[in-house]
Amino acid sequence: MLSESLVKEFKSIVGDENVFNSEADRQSYSYDSAVLEPVVPALVVRPTNSEQLGKVVALCNENNNPITVRGAGTNLSGGTIPDKRDGIVILTNGMNKILEINEEDLYAVVEPGVVTAKFAAEVAKRGLFYPPDPGSQAVSTIGGNVAENAGGLRGLKYGVTKDYVMGLDFFDVNGELVKTGSRTVKCVTGYNLAGLMAASEGTLGVFNEIILKLTPPPAASKAMMAVFDDVNKASAAVAGIIAAHVVPCTLEFMDQACMRYVEDYTKAGLPVESAAILLIEVDGHPAQVEDEAATVVKVLEKSGATKIVVAKDAAEKLKLWEARRNALPSLARARPTTVLEDATVPRSQIPAMVAAINNIAKKYDIQIGTFGHAGDGNLHPTILCDKRDAKEYHRVEEAVDEIFDTALSLKGTLSGEHGIGMAKSKWMEKETSRATIEYSLNMKKAIDPKNILNPGKIIAGR
Amino acid sequence: MADLNKLAKMLEELDDLMVACMKCGMCQAVCPVFAETMRESDVTRGKIALLENLAHEMIKDAEGVQERLNRCLLCGSCAANCPSGVRIMDIFLQGRTIVNTYMGLSPVKKAILRGMVGNPKLFNALLDFGSKFQGLFTSQANELLGSSCSKFLSPVIGDRHFSPLAKQSLHSKYGTIDTPAGKSGIRVLFYPGCVADKMYTKAGEACLKVFRHHGVGVWMPSAQACCGIPALSAGDRVAYDKMVKFNVNIFGDGNYDYIVAPCGSCISTIHELWPQFSAEYPKEVQDKIAKISKKAMDINQFVVDVLGVKPTEAPKGGTKVTFHDSCHLKKSLKVASQPRDLIRMNPNYELVEMSEADRCCGCGGTFNLYHYDLSKKIGERKRENIVASGAKVLSTGCPACMMQITDMLSQNNDSVAVKHSIEIYAETL
Repeated sequence: MLSESLVKEFKSIVGDENVFNSEADRQSYSYDSAVLEPVVPALVVRPTNSEQLGKVVALCNENNNPITVRGAGTNLSGGTIPDKRDGIVILTNGMNKILEINEEDLYAVVEPGVVTAKFAAEVAKRGLFYPPDPGSQAVSTIGGNVAENAGGLRGLKYGVTKDYVMGLDFFDVNGELVKTGSRTVKCVTGYNLAGLMAASEGTLGVFNEIILKLTPPPAASKAMMAVFDDVNKASAAVAGIIAAHVVPCTLEFMDQACMRYVEDYTKAGLPVESAAILLIEVDGHPAQVEDEAATVVKVLEKSGATKIVVAKDAAEKLKLWEARRNALPSLARARPTTVLEDATVPRSQIPAMVAAINNIAKKYDIQIGTFGHAGDGNLHPTILCDKRDAKEYHRVEEAVDEIFDTALSLKGTLSGEHGIGMAKSKWMEKETSRATIEYSLNMKKAIDPKNILNPGKIIAGR
Repeated sequence: MADLNKLAKMLEELDDLMVACMKCGMCQAVCPVFAETMRESDVTRGKIALLENLAHEMIKDAEGVQERLNRCLLCGSCAANCPSGVRIMDIFLQGRTIVNTYMGLSPVKKAILRGMVGNPKLFNALLDFGSKFQGLFTSQANELLGSSCSKFLSPVIGDRHFSPLAKQSLHSKYGTIDTPAGKSGIRVLFYPGCVADKMYTKAGEACLKVFRHHGVGVWMPSAQACCGIPALSAGDRVAYDKMVKFNVNIFGDGNYDYIVAPCGSCISTIHELWPQFSAEYPKEVQDKIAKISKKAMDINQFVVDVLGVKPTEAPKGGTKVTFHDSCHLKKSLKVASQPRDLIRMNPNYELVEMSEADRCCGCGGTFNLYHYDLSKKIGERKRENIVASGAKVLSTGCPACMMQITDMLSQNNDSVAVKHSIEIYAETL
């Protein structure tokens, strides 16, 4: 618990109405979307402008209160779970203004608490496009997206959030404003600190304003579904499409187990007897779209797709994507607890990864449905269980260990888009090296000597 | 102070329901209360987390949980958009019953729910009496809307603008109606609901006109109790059970094909909640409820789906009217196209859609009484959408929404009339 005088100091900065000190309020900021033990913060503070934010950060540092910045709390790796040592949650939803949308120079400047979907919609109103589209975009914030380097369905062609961060201002642990990047297309001035800050999960600074790159929207798009009787054939099709020099904006995969859950829930008429499906969308200039769609169909046929359904219009396209959109809801309804992972492997290793996941499910006697972004090798093995069943949940934890070990053995990575947070920090050294951890720790120590900025995230043991 | 251990044990029965919440946070996108306060304890995920913590004795402040649990409109927006299909309304209604019963209801709530609404005869008599003398305490606020405001500062009414009680309620004007099925071959039990019976009697009269026109036989017992939703929302099972049993006793096995009401809240309560909350009733009552609940149908749905009334083409150039989807009507009963069809039946109107037509108006029944500031903020957004649509008439299928929207429009002195969709259809007959 914080002293009354310290609580008063926070109140004097942000106002009484923006300091949440009651037990019930603090408890409701003790968790995020990860299946992890909650930690109740000592205080929750909501600054509404830059000046307040800087002062709050400095006050936390002065009093050795660890800071966890929270947008919508949708992250899946525990990045917004506060620290046990009188941790303070700084809410960003009081700083939710779009400060500038520059149509001429194709960038926007936003405060961290802007909701992603609202930002994308504002940009679209001006005929522009902000491609990153995390599944939680209806509520997730730009600040959170940048901190966690959120991905989405369009990652294959358009990349992830990091690829759209041109620059940002952030408060260092002392509450001093640091400026990185630029509004220019090219900027090679100094270290790429903006790149470092994106995906840093709040461990290196507290975002104040973020400069985001915008693009013109694609003029046309075409979607299709391909059915396969063999996961290997589906994977070969993925590689074949890329080899044919077509980069779809979306290339999604769903395995048989996942399809069965989706079909149980949606009755969408999915080919549940088949081994896997691919859902593909190409976009761009209309002529290019036609050309690329034809190439994709040829590759699919050559790869042994048993059926290819090309959407004739927007309504049919919508119908095709319904199955994909319903993957998580369908899985989530099957059992009480849903553990959504994002093991990521090189595209060519998808069959090996899917086979391994199925074997792991059998070995540990647990249910797993797998879907994901096949185009970028980012799979979402989703484990269905009941966390109240200690024995079952122990098997789940062992299975998750093995899933990540497998991904790493296939030269993959721990996270394609969900971040490391607390959930995966224990595997960091396995993917990187002791030297990488030491280097990161030294950097963190230099920037944040008292380990105030979101401790316990990314790097284990700090 | 409540014994947390006992309270926790009582809440354990909700554990199976609550564990389904994966805390994805998507409820933040659609919760009208969260949109105003941006506080995690005001959104479903936060409330479920607090209830879980109370059940597992991880929180000591039961009163704090009770207060936050009650800060919910029960609009069902979160349930309708929950990826995991969490039975949120079940959790909240049962949770409120457990927590509020254990912590104790406020004396005011007890007096209103048990002493007044729970005694239909007294309730009717008080409001009939009130309708005669309301002019002494109120003055007109907006001529077009026919709204009033308090002449004196009242701790209950505050600065609300409200529609006055009807000079004569439906039950006092008609007593019991009992007519046989006509050309339609259908006979309905007409359940006007409290607000259409006592305040928006035009909506009730419109229903009766529609029944007459289509040859629908009507049975309207003069003695009907409230459907119980205000009591259940307040977590007062004593008052709720009393109201339900009163009605079930009157409705009996019923020589009627449907129970029809011009209120989505009443219908969804009878259709969904009566059977759901009947497990502790005697078998005989349960059996009756099982039969009754299946027959419950909203008036819009009844006219369109049962009587087969449908427009051939949408009229243009008439008075612009925009439709507000009440939460119970759209999110619980999935009735959205039918009231619009009825509006399109009237050539004097042109239907225009407002943005966020299905966003809650902020009334939430008794939520409006206890959290008026919040209710008003949510209602203001609805009012802005209505005005921006350019409509001269706001139509909806729920008398409670009519009350709230009238207040919002009247306080801003907008010249937008408020009508029930069945009134607009009845004007064509």
